[in-house]
Amino acid sequence: MLRGKQTWWFENRPVIIGEATVVGPDEGDGPLAADFDLVHPELDMQQKSWEKAERLLIEQASEFAIQNAGIERDQLQFFIGGDLMNQIISNSFAARSLGVPYIGVFGACSTSMETLALASMLINSGAANHVLAGTCSHNCTAEKQFRYPTEYGSQKPPTAQFTVTGAGAAVIANKGEGPVVECATVGKVIDLGITDPFNMGAAMAPAAVDTIQAHFNDTGRSPGDYDLIVTGDLAGVGHPIAKELLLKNGVPMNDTVFGDCGLMVYDVQRQKVQAGGSGCGCSAVVTYGHLLKRIKKGELKRILVVATGALLSPLSFQQGESIPCIAHAVAICAKGG
Amino acid sequence: MLPAITNNEREESNTVTELRIRTYGAAVAEKEAAALATKSKSKHNYKKMTMSPKEYQSFAKTMEPPRSILGNCVKAFVFGGAVCVLGQVIQELYVHLMGMSEEAASNPTVATLILISVILTCLGVYDKIAQWAGAGSAVPVTGFANSMCSAALEHRSEGLVLGVGANMFKLAGSVIVFGTVAAFFVGIAHLILGTGGQ
Repeated sequence: MLRGKQTWWFENRPVIIGEATVVGPDEGDGPLAADFDLVHPELDMQQKSWEKAERLLIEQASEFAIQNAGIERDQLQFFIGGDLMNQIISNSFAARSLGVPYIGVFGACSTSMETLALASMLINSGAANHVLAGTCSHNCTAEKQFRYPTEYGSQKPPTAQFTVTGAGAAVIANKGEGPVVECATVGKVIDLGITDPFNMGAAMAPAAVDTIQAHFNDTGRSPGDYDLIVTGDLAGVGHPIAKELLLKNGVPMNDTVFGDCGLMVYDVQRQKVQAGGSGCGCSAVVTYGHLLKRIKKGELKRILVVATGALLSPLSFQQGESIPCIAHAVAICAKGG
Repeated sequence: MLPAITNNEREESNTVTELRIRTYGAAVAEKEAAALATKSKSKHNYKKMTMSPKEYQSFAKTMEPPRSILGNCVKAFVFGGAVCVLGQVIQELYVHLMGMSEEAASNPTVATLILISVILTCLGVYDKIAQWAGAGSAVPVTGFANSMCSAALEHRSEGLVLGVGANMFKLAGSVIVFGTVAAFFVGIAHLILGTGGQ
């Protein structure tokens, strides 16, 4: 179970038996479009409010994930979910219609791996046989809550990021076919005093570095043991910072492919997303949509997903507080890998 | 400052972990641990971040993509100027086609610009223009109209009173407050210098 200081080792090998992703139009226009289960052509998804549209995303992703897992809804023991909205309304309201015992968590954009780690932990300990883990974000709800009204004309700096409209959900089980969750490293909250909410990448990079190093220290592994290591949403500014810090600390990141979900989900050159993607949905749709498919195809054997989250609120940054950040890492490998 | 972990404590925690692995054990854990041990022979211990927050902030600053001040100024000048030219054209139309005096034409001119801005906001175009034009789209009367219209649209889902009514001035409110405060001080300055009040 516990290995080293902050890593959970899952010796009973929880399996991701089914997963699903639902995204909005901008993600459907991106390079990973073919990997998503459903692409909505409109941002409002025929709902009356942005909040309802976001809720629809996670409801549909959960529904599809259960279908893809080939189980019935009442076989699920727990649903673990979270999102960016105040009082995590998207997931809590989705849990109302899902009717499955629910654990709501908040880890900002790190929620995707936080929920996967917790779900795997429940499976590993025998507390459940099937657990659904999911998260979602919507560009317009995030703009409305954290920044300005969506149609407000303000120039965003090139360090800003574009919140992903999308939801990802996965069913984790004690047995079955699918990629295996090997271990998870729970991160510490790190704050190096960045106060600019339009530069989340730079704020979150040290948290990612701390968790990645802790993961290697705890497991005795090194970057070369992974075919791919991705950070959640550091994007064009934060990702090079993280890489440089890791290399500076002597971690041989050049032994592996070190990517970022925020840079994968959009065509950063063509689409107007500034530094890249962000949000809970970012690492969720890239991991559950794209990366797991590559593992199943045999292109990747073992990956490490390090979802990064900025734990700020609109109130805290207006009061001039710096941005505390967190990162959670989960190692996923092919069955028998 | 965190208390330093002594060697004894570290050893103790290591044995505790080992014990746990053994108790949760089964053959699987044993096998995994063995496989891992052969895979990475030397146990590394990467050192903690040694940068102070100050050092990190200045390092992060150097990694930011450059933002062209000159380019932004030129774009803002071009777009802001174009809005003013458009305003002048509208005013001339009111004067020549409707026979208004220049002074009388200024109010309907502003109203027309506001209408255009609100329509562009509702069509979802104004924010895209603003990303290019920067301050050029924020300063003129069109920017003010956009700030009110976008807030009204955004909060329509919370109802007419608590949504639209309460949030419409969310962004524009501070312009009005500080505009009024500034006018107050300018007025006092005029009074003292004896330059105001024609």
